[in-house]
Amino acid sequence: MIPKQPRTHYLNISYGFKSWLFTTDHKRIGLLYLVSITLFFFVGGAFATIIRLELATPQGDLVQAETYNKLFTMHGVMMIFFFLIPAVPAVLGNFLIPLMIGAKDVAFPRLNLLSWYIFNLGALFTIYAVVSGGVDTGWTFYTPYSTTYSNTHVLATGVGIFITGFSSILTGLNFIVTIHMMRAPGMNWFRLPLFVWAHYATSLIQVLGTPVIAITVLLLAFERVVRIGIFDPALGGDPVLFQHLFWFYSHPAVYIMVLPAMGVVSELVAAFTRKSIFGYDLVAFASIAIAVFGFLVWGHHLFVSGQSVYAGMIFSFLSYAVAIPSAVKVFNWTATLYKGSVSYQTPMLYAFGFIGLFTIGGLTGLFLAAMGLDIHLTDTYFVVAHFHYIMVGGTIMAYLGGLHYWWPKISGRMYPEGWAKLGALIVFVGFNLTFFPQFLLGYMGMPRRYHAYPEEFQVLNVMSSAGASILAVGYILPMVYLIWSMRYGPIASSNPWPATGLEWQTSSPPPTENFEEIPVVTWEAYEFAGQE
Amino acid sequence: MYFAIFFALIALTAVTVTISFFDLGRLNAVVALTIAVFKATLVILYFMHLRYSSRLTQVVVAAGVGWLFIMIALTLSDYLTRSWL
Ligand code: HEM
Ligand SMILES: [Cu+2]
Repeated sequence: MIPKQPRTHYLNISYGFKSWLFTTDHKRIGLLYLVSITLFFFVGGAFATIIRLELATPQGDLVQAETYNKLFTMHGVMMIFFFLIPAVPAVLGNFLIPLMIGAKDVAFPRLNLLSWYIFNLGALFTIYAVVSGGVDTGWTFYTPYSTTYSNTHVLATGVGIFITGFSSILTGLNFIVTIHMMRAPGMNWFRLPLFVWAHYATSLIQVLGTPVIAITVLLLAFERVVRIGIFDPALGGDPVLFQHLFWFYSHPAVYIMVLPAMGVVSELVAAFTRKSIFGYDLVAFASIAIAVFGFLVWGHHLFVSGQSVYAGMIFSFLSYAVAIPSAVKVFNWTATLYKGSVSYQTPMLYAFGFIGLFTIGGLTGLFLAAMGLDIHLTDTYFVVAHFHYIMVGGTIMAYLGGLHYWWPKISGRMYPEGWAKLGALIVFVGFNLTFFPQFLLGYMGMPRRYHAYPEEFQVLNVMSSAGASILAVGYILPMVYLIWSMRYGPIASSNPWPATGLEWQTSSPPPTENFEEIPVVTWEAYEFAGQE
Repeated sequence: MYFAIFFALIALTAVTVTISFFDLGRLNAVVALTIAVFKATLVILYFMHLRYSSRLTQVVVAAGVGWLFIMIALTLSDYLTRSWL
């Protein structure tokens, strides 16, 4: 036997802080993002923990109302802008897109690194706001409270979000150009993995939408500091205009969070049913349709804001329309299962979790998009449950599923399957126990964003808090065993599942330039036949 | 060419100024904005070379303008119909 030469790959080619902080390798940048967002996830999680502790009793006994306002604001800001938006694209997307299309790197590697620095710079401003006293406007920054009345750190937080937005734009731009220009020979558009299609659609939203939130935050800052009249009626402005501008970005932003997650799920479902995704073209176009239609529905957040009823009718109708492409995806994944040889490894468990929970989240979105029903449900825990089903039940499930699925590629090691299955189960149970009671609470009329509530809501709130502690275990567990596996996990082969996709044709972990030689693609996406 | 555009822009400015002396009622803003949009289009097409740029650049600009249009149109669907009820 030939003595084993330690193979050089992207992880061991160089060591030391400098080799990471100045890297232009998309794989390493993905991991840099992984470290940043994991940190912010646990910061956001800490706020959530205090929120749930406070809500274990009806009295406002743990924290004061003012503190509570800051807690849910900083929870939302951290989780949305610094975790969910970058989670799948900046970590998995960065790592995988060049591998999946057979490229050596993204189109603009240095811009890619820059985006990570910009991201952290924005985070620094926001963290400064947090430690120097916090901000209490809600993650939505509604005027006139945010411009006139709040005396917390609205500006620093706003600057943080403004800056971070540019990292999102740069990532989106980079992906668009990469997908257009860098595909390997033979890798035409309809051979691309659906993960890539989903990221292409996401990138469009990032590039077209993010500038609007940047400008909106800027206008908010101008009004707060120099009192020009944009939003304040006393100065000739209009407060509802803020909500229009804010949601013009922020509704599409919810699709920045969920579209890439859908891309992950498509990969998982194909790999663990050993079939091509049913209706590949439809799923691909559904991503684009969601990206475009997602821009036309923002007014469903304004039904009770004083927005004209006629505008409300248009937005309500369009919101129903956007549910169609989402449903197309759910039906197509389900149809893919039919006669597939389904195996129930951890990533697939997460994919099942996504499909079920996203469906509940999406359907309750339709409740909220009905103008009459929304008057009862708006600003209640029903809304809170709705978006957590999509963002936590959907996006985070898919993110964890993807992290497990590609972990062998990322780290070169397998994760411990038994522990991982247990973790997936804990996340699923904990999640539902936390958030299902919130649908009931909201339906019964418990408003969101208060630190105290009437006695009769206590049982369901205690269930929710108990669920949150289970969920926390479910999130800490993978972190522990994934880190453990980097050293002690069994060595992964280049294609452990086995799955299709170019990322599985190169070694695990891949070399810095991804492929020994640039692959030539002569097969369709998810062609399992003949691969055995 | 550039001079022709330049003079067109000057001429349109003159038109805007002249018209501002007449009160056209509700049409005031409409006329002023139409001329302004026309001028902006000239600047983008010629001074910013969009006419001679690649298809990709044109698509990107079109998308940007299109999205601005979406933003304005749907926002106006609120403001213009508030008084109907
Ligand atoms: C199936 C399509 C969807 C529809 C029809 C829908 C509908 C709605 C409606 C009408 C509201 C406003 C409720 C209110 O404030 O009274 C809402 C809130 C929300 N939705 Fe959805 N939604 C959908 C998908 C999503 C997705 C995919 C996400 C996230 C990934 C999401 C995240 C949110 C968030 C964060 C809020 C609350 C924002 C806030 O006020 O803090 N929604 N949704
Ligand atoms: Cu929305």
